[in-house]
Amino acid sequence: MSEHGTSIGFYVMIFLILLVLTGVTVSAAFINLGPLNPILALGIATTKALLVVLFFMHVKGASEKLVKLVVLSAVFFLLILLGLTLSDYATRLWS
Amino acid sequence: MSDSQTTAVQAAAHGHDPALLHHFAEPQQQRDAASLGMWWFLATEVMFFGGLFCAYLIYRLQHFNDFAAASQSLSIKLGAINTAVLIGSSLTVVLAVNAAQRAKRNLLVAYLLLTLVLGSTFLGIKAVEYTDKFKEHHVPGPTFHFVPERMEGHPEQPPIDQRHAEMFFSLYFVMTGLHALHMIVGIGIFVWLLVMAWKGRFTPSYNTPVEIGGLYWHFVDVVWIYLFPLLYLISRHR
Repeated sequence: MSEHGTSIGFYVMIFLILLVLTGVTVSAAFINLGPLNPILALGIATTKALLVVLFFMHVKGASEKLVKLVVLSAVFFLLILLGLTLSDYATRLWS
Repeated sequence: MSDSQTTAVQAAAHGHDPALLHHFAEPQQQRDAASLGMWWFLATEVMFFGGLFCAYLIYRLQHFNDFAAASQSLSIKLGAINTAVLIGSSLTVVLAVNAAQRAKRNLLVAYLLLTLVLGSTFLGIKAVEYTDKFKEHHVPGPTFHFVPERMEGHPEQPPIDQRHAEMFFSLYFVMTGLHALHMIVGIGIFVWLLVMAWKGRFTPSYNTPVEIGGLYWHFVDVVWIYLFPLLYLISRHR
């Protein structure tokens, strides 16, 4: 499943990056960036989630390719759920 | 004698790894099957939480001012500390999996214990936040009452619709409550893993429970990684 060679130092490094990103997103929340505030916050959240999924959950380097397919399909259907529903609500005022 | 014991005895009689169940050809296959099963479960969890995230985004879009005002009453400090605590617990989980693979039993026990401490810390801080919300009458129900904090530089603020603010807190409590429930389940799983690790059940060839228990824990961490900015951070500026 996971490479046994992955060192503890690598995991600690990912952990530190996650902490720094948390610090950045909290600081950014206090600066008025207009519509960029939510975009930046969600961008950082997605970066953090990717780091956790790829390296802590060992999706990168998973021996079973099906795992990657399951992860991608989960994201795909989540985007359909959010994307299609929100595109409806966001465009109701257009008419 | 239980079924699992019978299987283990039979397996030992055949002369192969007692942890390898009969319907699997080899340990690697058994491990991949278990891991894939957990991933499928997590995919259903993504949709489970996804529905709530979707509801939150729609209502935030529709009642932006009320949601933003309500969001500003949450404590960014406690939320940020909790984020750090949860990320720390993800580190101890991944180190626990690593220790199990290298057959370091004492290290595994230590990391599992640390995970439990951090997980409980998260729930403790969450309890403090909930207590504040109860005291402030921000819990949806007959006693709900929300007065927004005055924002500097915004002398004329539109009045807050109580029902819409109540909706924010309903979603806040359901989303963080469901997340906390997952944390409680996770703590249960990790207590079981700790007992098994204490008994020395995990070996380099058999540590799948630590690994898939870890997958679950990391998933709950990822949910919080999104909950924190959505509920606490993105509505600070109107």
